[in-house]
Parts: sequence; C-alpha cells; structure tokens
Amino acid sequence: MIVTYFVYSPELLQYSFHREHPFNQKRLELTLDLIKNLNLISPSQIIAPRYATDEELLLFHEPQYVKTVQNASHNNNGSLASFGLGTEDTPAFQNMHEAASLIVGGTLRAAEIVMNNQDAHAVNLSGGLHHAFSGRASGFCVYNDCAVAIHYLRKEYDARVLYIDTDAHHGDGVQWAFYDDPNVLTLSIHETGKYLFPGTGDYTERGDGQGFGFSMNVPLQAYTEDDSFLEVYHTVTTKVARGFKPDVIITQNGCDSHHFDPLTHLSCSMQIYREIPRLAHQLAHELCEGRLIATGGGGYDIWRVVPRAWTWLWTELSDRKLENIVIPQDWIARWQPESPLPLPKSLLDPLEELPLMPRREEITNKNRLTMEKTLLYYPKLV
Amino acid sequence: MLIEDMMNRNIVTVRPTDTIRLAMLITAQHRIRHLPVIDEYGKLVGILSDRDLRDACPSKLETDVDDSVFYRKVSEIMHKDVVTAHPLDFVEEAAYSLYENKIGCLPVVDGGLLKGIITETDILYTLVEIMGVQQPSSHLEVEVDDRPGALADVAAVIKQHQCNISSVLIFPGRTFGKKNLVIRVQTIDPRKIVASLEESGFTIIWPKNTGA
Repeated sequence: MIVTYFVYSPELLQYSFHREHPFNQKRLELTLDLIKNLNLISPSQIIAPRYATDEELLLFHEPQYVKTVQNASHNNNGSLASFGLGTEDTPAFQNMHEAASLIVGGTLRAAEIVMNNQDAHAVNLSGGLHHAFSGRASGFCVYNDCAVAIHYLRKEYDARVLYIDTDAHHGDGVQWAFYDDPNVLTLSIHETGKYLFPGTGDYTERGDGQGFGFSMNVPLQAYTEDDSFLEVYHTVTTKVARGFKPDVIITQNGCDSHHFDPLTHLSCSMQIYREIPRLAHQLAHELCEGRLIATGGGGYDIWRVVPRAWTWLWTELSDRKLENIVIPQDWIARWQPESPLPLPKSLLDPLEELPLMPRREEITNKNRLTMEKTLLYYPKLV
Repeated sequence: MLIEDMMNRNIVTVRPTDTIRLAMLITAQHRIRHLPVIDEYGKLVGILSDRDLRDACPSKLETDVDDSVFYRKVSEIMHKDVVTAHPLDFVEEAAYSLYENKIGCLPVVDGGLLKGIITETDILYTLVEIMGVQQPSSHLEVEVDDRPGALADVAAVIKQHQCNISSVLIFPGRTFGKKNLVIRVQTIDPRKIVASLEESGFTIIWPKNTGA
C-alpha cells in the first residue's frame, strides 16, 4: 500500500518578499484548504518540513552566498546586488535565510521519506525554486531546493536522478548545477526563452563532457495550448525516462502555463495539470519502484489557478479518484472575500472559457519540430 | 569587437613547395576548408580552399587514374591574390568582406606576416553571442520614434525599477521614422516596467497582455 506525504507547516508561508510581490506562498494555504475540503487527505499524511543545515546548503551553494543570505535582512547595502539580492525580483526580507532553508529542508524531508520507505511518494509544494544559482538569487528563488536535494540523493544514496520540470520558465538553476553529470538527467519543458525569462533552455543545451545528452530542453512557442503541450510532454518524457532508467524521479510542478497566469503566454488550461502528474506517477512505478518526489514552483494566479492545479497533483499521487466536480462552497465562501477576482466554480476549466488561438496548427507543427531536435540525443534503450 | 579578439591563432598552414597530397591530408585531418600558404619567413603567399584541391584531383568516375597530380606542388594551384583582414579590423568589416567577395575565410595579416585566420563560422558564432542570452532575463521590445534620446528615455524608466539591462539591440521599425528596441532586462516579472513605459507613452511590442 502506497502512502503519499504532504510536507507542510504554516511557517513555510514566511518565504514572503512583501505583500505586493507576485510570488506568494499563501497559495500553499489555499491549496491545502481545498484538498481538505474535498476530503482528499488524512492528518497522518501531513508531515512537517525541517530546516536544511548549512552543510546541506553547501552541497550546492557557495559559502559566500549562504553567508550573504544569512546577513541579508539586516545588511541592506549595495553588495547584495552582485548576489542577485535586493532587486525587485528578490528583495531581502526578515529571516530570509531561515524561510528559504525551511523550503530546502522540506524537499530534503520529502527525499528522505521516499528513499527510506518502501512505497512512498512525497510532495513539497513550497519547493521547486529552480532559478537559484549556486552563488546568486534569481527569479524569486533564493536557495535551489531541487539542486540541493539532487546533490543529497547523489551523495547519500548514489541514486540516478531524473528531474522533470514543467514550469513555464526554463529550469536553468537545476540544469546548470548538473550540466556535466551523466547521473542526473534534467528535462525542462517550457515557454521559449526567446521571449520569456530566463532566456536559456534552447534544445541545443544538451550538457557538457560526460553529461552530454543528459540535459534536455523543449522550448515551446507562446500560445502552445493544451493539446500540443501534452503531446510534447507525453512523447519526450516517456522516451527519456525509459531510456535513462532512473532510481528516483523528482518533478517540478510549476503551474504558470495556465492562460490566467500573468507572467507567461503558453495559454494552457487546468487539463494539463491533471495529466502531467499522471504520467510522472506511472513512470515512477514502472521504472523506480514508485520513488517520486514532487515539488511546486511557479504559479502567479494564486486564487484561480494554483489551488486547483496542485489539488490535481495531490489527487494523482495519493491515488484518489477525482472527477471534474464543483468546488466546495465552504472553500469559496472562506476565500472569496480576499480574492480580487471571482473564484472558479469547477476543478477543470469550462471549455467555453478557453481563449481561441488563431495560429494553432502552425504552433503545433513548430513544437513538433523542436521536439524532434530535442530527441536527436538522449539516453536510448539498449 | 576587433578581429584580433576573435581570430583563431592556431593556424594550420602549408608551404608552396608542399605536395597537393599533403595539403589534402592536412585538410582532412584537421577538418578544415581553408589552408593559408606561407613561406619560410611566415609571410602569406597564397591560399587554398578544399574546392581548389578537389578541382586539381582526377574525377572519381575516371578508371585510369593518374596519381602523379598528387605529387605536384601547392604553388601550382594556390590563389596568389588573397583577400585578407588586419588584426585591428572590426568584425563587421570582416563580415562585409566575406559577403562582398563571396568567400569563406580571411587570413589575418599584419606587415605581410600571417597572424591568424577568421572564417564565416567564427563570424556566425559572434552573431550567436551578440543575439544570445548571457544572464537570466526577459525579452522586452519597445517601438520608439527615431530621435535623439529615445533609448536614454526608455533606459531611464528601466533604471527607476532598479533593473539591470543585459543586452540592447536596435532594429529599423516596421514603419518609417520608428525604431524597435529589443532589450533583455534582468527580471522574471517585467510587468511594472511595461506599465511605466506605457504610462510614458511608449508602444510595447512584447510582452503582450496576458492573464486575461
């Protein structure tokens, strides 16, 4: 019997830059409340995160950077800028080091659970901060929990790790962290960097030296929409996972590809957030005895998109059956007063609400060509 | 960007007295298409392309092959009036020279001596570097009037948001009297910058409105 754990404590909400900042962990509270309202979780499945130790952070981050983050809140001078801190994206805030280390510790906790138990999955939705570099904050991310956790899995368990990143932004921090490592395959499917942050993630970025072929990217066109996104995701992920044969899968489940999201242009619907975890879950059972760690990531419409998207993720990984039902009135009644926009009524988007994109066929064809180029090199089944 | 900063200094060369056979072996071994020919003082005296070498060879459809051509001298087939570049030339001059003369490489010569070589591939790579992404950043495209200070005005708005700019390209606009500025700004969330630019009366080409 598989048990799925949900890493959570209210302290995770302290990773907060300021009230108006687009990265808002209130979405964790909204998500868990929706999951509870739908009776999809038992209290024994909720498990508290721990703080990552300095040694653990140093598995990936540079000592000078960790020191700077530790002192950042009460040392607000110009030297922060060279570490990517004190910018509009990642302004320093009170207890930033503690808040960011708790997120890293949450993903480490998830990794420990999955590696030390038979038949367990674990979800840390506060994690997935994939833009942070070893010595620099970037794109709302201070510490890179996925990169630290993958180093931890390599060191403690000598595991071959498959990292699947479906955030609308390229998973650059994690990619560069393992760019020359053939034991870690990073796969990122995202909106093309020609327009969107961070700009990298072209299919030509395939890894270096021994790691050539173990970094994979599919940059998708703006206005890709569900069908093309899922076609690419299913084809590439299945081939790559079966070819690589991982010991553990770690997924980054950013949900900022939805057409409501204010920062991106992929124009997908809730349907992809139902499908993405389904394949990852199935592959984890097929290839690595169910060892699956799921993290969160981007998601900037925290009212209408994130709670539903991550409820679908949790539902899939915890083996519950869920159809496109009406969202409980209790949840809407509790949160509608705070939400600036009307909350959605059902778990999937009504078809008539989806925007119509005029160049669908052209975009679908272009995405197929990109996918073929990505798949020129990958670890193939022998 | 100067040619001396980007030229290849490890040059593979032949002498005028070397055989065509040796020249062919060298191009195959180093997987190169152009061979400068130098004398014993390092002075450039000619150039050979892989096509010149092939032109000198017997046809492979010929059955009665005369091997003796392979032992003829490089000096018999090399081009003696070579189009060259100087180390202090700009990359755009070199690019124009390649384009204008419809050739694939420029030996870099200073005082008659061969100092380096630059090929069309090197020039393309420079373009890749200039247009590419060095820092995590978002693409911002603004249409401005073709007048003094337009770039500075846009940059001033971006500065208000304490946002670093990692690259700027200026293209001719789609209509007369306009220019398009393509700016990579080091932020994941350019919405505030876009709003400020629109407030100042600029036309934003990208990002388009999202999150409708």
